[in-house]
Amino acid sequence: MELSLTNFLLFMVNCILTNNFIFSRYLGCCPFLGVSSKVETAAGMGIAVTFVMALASLFTYSVYNYILVPLGIEYLITISFILVIAALVQFVEMFMKKSLPALYNALGIYLPLITTNCAVLGVTLLNIDNKYDMLWSVLNGTFGALGFLLAIVLMAGVRERLESSNIPKAFKGFPISLVIAGLMSVAFLGFAGLGGM
Amino acid sequence: MPDKKVTMRGVFVNGILNENPIFRLVLGVCPTLAATTSATNGLGMGLAATFVLLGSNMVISMLRNLIPDKVRIPAFIVVISTFVTIVQMLIQAFVPSLYESLGLFIPLIVVNCIILARAEAFAAKNSVMHSAADGLGMGLGFTAALILLGSIRELLGNGTIFENAVFGANFEPMLLAVMAPGGFIVFGLVLGIINAVVNRVSAKKGAQA
Repeated sequence: MELSLTNFLLFMVNCILTNNFIFSRYLGCCPFLGVSSKVETAAGMGIAVTFVMALASLFTYSVYNYILVPLGIEYLITISFILVIAALVQFVEMFMKKSLPALYNALGIYLPLITTNCAVLGVTLLNIDNKYDMLWSVLNGTFGALGFLLAIVLMAGVRERLESSNIPKAFKGFPISLVIAGLMSVAFLGFAGLGGM
Repeated sequence: MPDKKVTMRGVFVNGILNENPIFRLVLGVCPTLAATTSATNGLGMGLAATFVLLGSNMVISMLRNLIPDKVRIPAFIVVISTFVTIVQMLIQAFVPSLYESLGLFIPLIVVNCIILARAEAFAAKNSVMHSAADGLGMGLGFTAALILLGSIRELLGNGTIFENAVFGANFEPMLLAVMAPGGFIVFGLVLGIINAVVNRVSAKKGAQA
């Protein structure tokens, strides 16, 4: 894809709203349901995911195109990507602890959870499937993660209000959260076709 | 943490009923939502995950005394992703239609929380045969749950179960059930109903005791 302002904006709308990771692709639902009880923690998780997903897109693109393809071992894509992501998360954690302790205190506890966030592995595999070049891969990772951030913060906002409402005992916790996510997903269907690419 | 008295059968049944990974532990939500657009997809995803669970549980259990504690998570992930790659190749070769419809979610079995959770919580501490029983039980529990959800969504959204028409020609399909929102809503409602049943059963048991 050519880099122009129009393409850039369309791509952004497409990733964040139309093809939202949670609501239309079902990626990253575990942290979405698990870490969305408070707005602050949800935002922290979302920001940490954004950071890791942008970096992971960059590194996996390089690993795929400069190591796997020249050696003809593309079938190792899943193993190598998950290892790259796990190593990356570890490095980000160590780097943050040493150089950015304030940020580490805020986001540190979410970092180990990101390795098993399927949105991260999902976005890197989608980048390869869609044959994005390096720039668009990183943009796809960043905007996809911003869509995740939007979804998890919205969800946390609703769940904070649920605390004080009267829900049948059997529906407390996961069941009601899933139904709410479904209703939000209906709302996001309204964006279908917007920023179509 | 089961001790030696726990039978293989107990471990196996535990995964299907008491600790059903989807309805009781609520793990692995993403593949559950993505693979239940039809009963057939649910069955395919369930069996693929069962194969991976069985294989990874057995290998991790064999290696449990060799893997140093500090690097156990990366080691588990390597074992799991090896099995995922094998299953991906098998599906691509023998069931290409399933490969098309599950797509991205086959490689994503690697990050399915159920598999890593069983490796960490069970296979790393138990014998090979117990781990195999646990993997098989958990896998079949997962498969049963996926088939149940897949059947409900296929029935509502398409009027069929396993592609066999259930209602007559006048049935007006509720498309929403097979679209993205339907997954969340159907799963939420089924989970709520199961919780209600479990609450009632355990209340009865409590009253008897």
